[in-house]
Amino acid sequence: MKLPLSWIKEFAPAHESGREVAQALINAGLEVESVDTVGEGIHGTLVIGRVLEIEELTEFKKPIRWCQVDIGTQIRGIVCGASNFAVGECVVVAEPGITLPGDFTITSRETYGHVSDGMICSERELGLGPDHAGIMVLSGVEPGQNANKLLGIGDQVLDIAITPDRGYALSVRGIAREVATAFGVDFRDPASHFEPELGAPKTGTTPRDCAIEDFSACELLTLRTINGFNPDALTPRYMVARLQASGMRSISLAVDVTNYVMLEMGQPTHAFDLDKLEGAVRVRRGESGEKLETLDHVERILSPLDTVIADSSGPIALAGTMGGFATEIDGNTTNIAIEAAFFPASTVAGNSRRHKISSEASRRFERGVDRELAPVASARVCALLIEHGGGTYAGMSAVESPLSETVIEFDLGLSTRTAGMSIDHATVIEKLNAIGATHEPRGPGTLLVTPASWRPDLTQPADLVEEVVRLVGYEKLPSTLPTAPAGRGLTFEQRTRRRVGNLLAGRGLHEIRAYPFIGSADLDALRFPENDPRRSSPTLVNPLSELAPKMRSTLLPGLLSVAARNVGRGENDLALYEIGSVFLGGVNKSDLDPGVESKPSEQAWVDMQQALPAQPEHLGAVFCGAVESAGVWGSPRLASWRDSLDAVIAVADELGIALEIRTGSDPSFHPGRCAKLTLAGAGGVIGFAGELHPSIVEYWNLPKRSCAAEVDLTKLMSAAPRSTVAPTFSNSPLAKEDLAFVVERGYPATEVEAIIREATGDLLETIRLFDVYEGDQIPPSHKSLAYSLRLRSEGHTLSAEQLHNLRDRIISLVAERVGGTLR
Amino acid sequence: MSAPNKSFDPKQVSALSSESVDEMVVEAIAALSSASDLESLKVARLTHFGDRSSISLANREIGALPPAAKAEVGKRIGEAKARIKDALESREAELTQIRDNEVLLSEKVDVSVPVDRLKRGARHPLTTLMERLCDVFIAMGYEIAEGPELELEWANFDALNFPKDHPARLMQDTFFVESPDSGVVLRTHTSPIQVRAMLERELPIYVVAPGRVFRTDELDATHTPVFHQIEGLAVDKGLSMADLRGTLNHLAHVMFGPQIDIRWRPSFFPFTEPSAEVDLKCFVCLGDSSAVDCRACGGEGWIEWGGCGMVNPKVLRAVGIDADVYSGFAFGMGIERTLMFRSGVSDMREMVEGDIRFTGAFGLEA
Repeated sequence: MKLPLSWIKEFAPAHESGREVAQALINAGLEVESVDTVGEGIHGTLVIGRVLEIEELTEFKKPIRWCQVDIGTQIRGIVCGASNFAVGECVVVAEPGITLPGDFTITSRETYGHVSDGMICSERELGLGPDHAGIMVLSGVEPGQNANKLLGIGDQVLDIAITPDRGYALSVRGIAREVATAFGVDFRDPASHFEPELGAPKTGTTPRDCAIEDFSACELLTLRTINGFNPDALTPRYMVARLQASGMRSISLAVDVTNYVMLEMGQPTHAFDLDKLEGAVRVRRGESGEKLETLDHVERILSPLDTVIADSSGPIALAGTMGGFATEIDGNTTNIAIEAAFFPASTVAGNSRRHKISSEASRRFERGVDRELAPVASARVCALLIEHGGGTYAGMSAVESPLSETVIEFDLGLSTRTAGMSIDHATVIEKLNAIGATHEPRGPGTLLVTPASWRPDLTQPADLVEEVVRLVGYEKLPSTLPTAPAGRGLTFEQRTRRRVGNLLAGRGLHEIRAYPFIGSADLDALRFPENDPRRSSPTLVNPLSELAPKMRSTLLPGLLSVAARNVGRGENDLALYEIGSVFLGGVNKSDLDPGVESKPSEQAWVDMQQALPAQPEHLGAVFCGAVESAGVWGSPRLASWRDSLDAVIAVADELGIALEIRTGSDPSFHPGRCAKLTLAGAGGVIGFAGELHPSIVEYWNLPKRSCAAEVDLTKLMSAAPRSTVAPTFSNSPLAKEDLAFVVERGYPATEVEAIIREATGDLLETIRLFDVYEGDQIPPSHKSLAYSLRLRSEGHTLSAEQLHNLRDRIISLVAERVGGTLR
Repeated sequence: MSAPNKSFDPKQVSALSSESVDEMVVEAIAALSSASDLESLKVARLTHFGDRSSISLANREIGALPPAAKAEVGKRIGEAKARIKDALESREAELTQIRDNEVLLSEKVDVSVPVDRLKRGARHPLTTLMERLCDVFIAMGYEIAEGPELELEWANFDALNFPKDHPARLMQDTFFVESPDSGVVLRTHTSPIQVRAMLERELPIYVVAPGRVFRTDELDATHTPVFHQIEGLAVDKGLSMADLRGTLNHLAHVMFGPQIDIRWRPSFFPFTEPSAEVDLKCFVCLGDSSAVDCRACGGEGWIEWGGCGMVNPKVLRAVGIDADVYSGFAFGMGIERTLMFRSGVSDMREMVEGDIRFTGAFGLEA
């Protein structure tokens, strides 16, 4: 919200500059985003001139006027390219010597065959507004008057952001109150200051009746009427200047006055053309299917959730949000009804949200307006309309629900305890007075506090404490450190994520944190079949992009996209990983609402969470190009399925888990180069690793034979032992044995290894597959697997005989289980 | 070898004659001195000083001498051996020197050539910065709490005193999840973890909660729809705003240096009352008001860091904590902003895109 400083100071006569006022407001909890000057860059005094003569010069490409302008002290001849003014009208003149925005100094100069002795100005040339269509024509002014003053030039404008609890601050009234408190000057409340202006209605006139059907939707409604208003009356210049400085356009006197009063007091009002209303005006709920064309020419379909203002013909305004088009003020309006009401925040918030309208009025109602303000503001509106547009006041009709005042029992020591510094009772009471609260003693050290009507946000003692402490000054708060009980440090999972990250980064992988949004194009590209559970992750109602409306069920699209971005930027050799949540299954809509008045029961809390989908943490990795680059040592080593598998095995190994590795068939992977990773026992499949399917590599434009892995880190962590049992090992002499077996080609090496382990038992220290051979020297469709065994016994040297027997046992077991023969 | 001379016969052993011994010594020294490298010295040593060398063989003959002669000859042989040993050692030292100076030097490599077969990887600086922040609190006795990214609207809003349809709720630019009234949202802040901590943990509670949060902003240099926060919550008897201020001051000093203080401005958050915005003293100009054009703060002297306040009694009520007995404080900081300050990141997109040139600079700690 923008407000000119002069307007604020009208009610809080402080002497401080715009910057100082801004700082005081910041300290009071209002965010001042900027302080600008009206007509920044204008040096010198502009004057009002009356146009005496106009000579149209027609010999040029565009129409040019040679004008004689009376500026009070003299008559100047001025050439002007605009033609929206007539003889006798008043304009703004920049005399020679004046500098305009853009460092443009006016001089007497010859142009279009005349010496132009000054300039007639438009809004835009003065930096006051965007209107360049013509020059400014002013009414109610005299030649020679100081135009800077009339236009508000040099006034400062504060742009203030208001937090949702401070509805009262969306007005000059609220801001001036804060400024007066900050600088200790008298506050002149506009709500009482202007009260007597309107006077009594003329005898013989009757106001239009009004009614409220549902007091929960509207607590107070007033309707004042004016007859005989002049629709051609112009808005006074000071009002236009202040509206413009506040970022509003001047539209017509009736509209400008309602806006002006809203800015001044914070109470939205609405002007109806009285002659377009039928019967009494009432606030009621919308009816299903009812229609209302609002001022923005949008047809709104209403429902009983909406609150409307209606006459006997139907809805005429969306309550507190936007007026209706059919009843709007127009150029012929002479009889006006001014509606001013108090709508509870929830009424207007609902209207605003359902119809996606955020208006100046709705913003104020949603944040809370002063319930007592409506009749005061509408009186001010009527007085201003009559002052500038004539007409007679015909009276007011009003209806309201009984007022239920908030009374807070307030412990005078609470501020001290909450702040952690001493704030004596006198100071607390002084600050309560400063915010307009009334109070009476309740008992020793306790008050009954009634907040001011413009502070509906103050409902509990803590709210009052905030007011007291912010007015004392947050900068006065001391700094102490509380002592937490002894903590237990990081959890196993928290430590494990760090270990895994450090391990992978140490192996050359870079961590990414991709957005968790995917689309069906990603799922198609990953070749997931129609019934793949990874296709049914939750969908967003309002995604950032229609192309990625779903929550990710796999980390691969993020990893592959980031890899593609790096490749696109010239980095072909890449290893990336991500640790993050994936989202599986749908949202189970639940009607459980435990409210906020008490803690949900343990069972309710468990039941509520059934609504959430599974969100396990996954670990994903992708490898592209070379894992070891070319260098003085030789050629590059390209990433292969082994690297992605090895990364996962290394992580599992670090966690003390031996994964079972089998041939896998995930659709995203090369059908012959995919490993399925399984936890021992009933642990189940935790993921896949291998070479990506070539069509995926192509889709994401990655280097050929890029590889990837993805595992369920949550499952992996839950299978991990929480502590390590120290090994016992023998220092007896080591015996080495190399054995090669010929088995069928399709037989997994790990299974042969498992058989050897079974046959050797405790004597086996390590086993390593060191060669795989296929070729002429063995039967077709077979392979030779060569293992190197390190054997050791506890406490004695293995004898030649023991080793011989062991060898026989291995050979016969391999032969028995898989028909393998020693090579 | 001659038999032991027990009869004390005045027997002459030619090999032990003075001339003969001298000859052996001269021969040995010549051979050792002419050895051209450590390998040939080893051969010469075995020949002239080894078990089968003339001098060793001669030494064994001493036993054949009569006792009276043994002493003299023994002395002679001993001196001879010492001379050979000296020559051996000196030649060995010479040749070792030669080897060290010439031979090893000839094997010299250029150690400035690249050796980085395996490039170093990196963790994301947002991850490591969150860990760093957590560690500051772990050191104060706090624990790390966690919660899901797809969260119950009740925990994200209702329990935190965001009334339905309240502008504060609409201000959060929430991602909603199908169907429209599902009651599930992408959490807009880490604050629902406060709710979870208060429902699930024993009092007193001292936790911080880092995590990823979501708002419907378009990605640009200063906004990202997916970003990170760290939330802090303490609920105990007698906690005050001074305790909150001290805690955040400590955090600022640890993260940015002892000269970087914090400032509070009154503000509004539904779940805290009183509430404050937390500003950091500008780490570039250190709050010098004359630095009008400070690149970091634009002359303000302070930079917005996060929000904080005392836990609203309405929130305590919603999670069943007696606000007359316990009070609490809460705070939340943007991790991206913190990284921007600490490491001079100027564009939000760099933290999102995953360019390895960005992460690579950070390594294992931000």
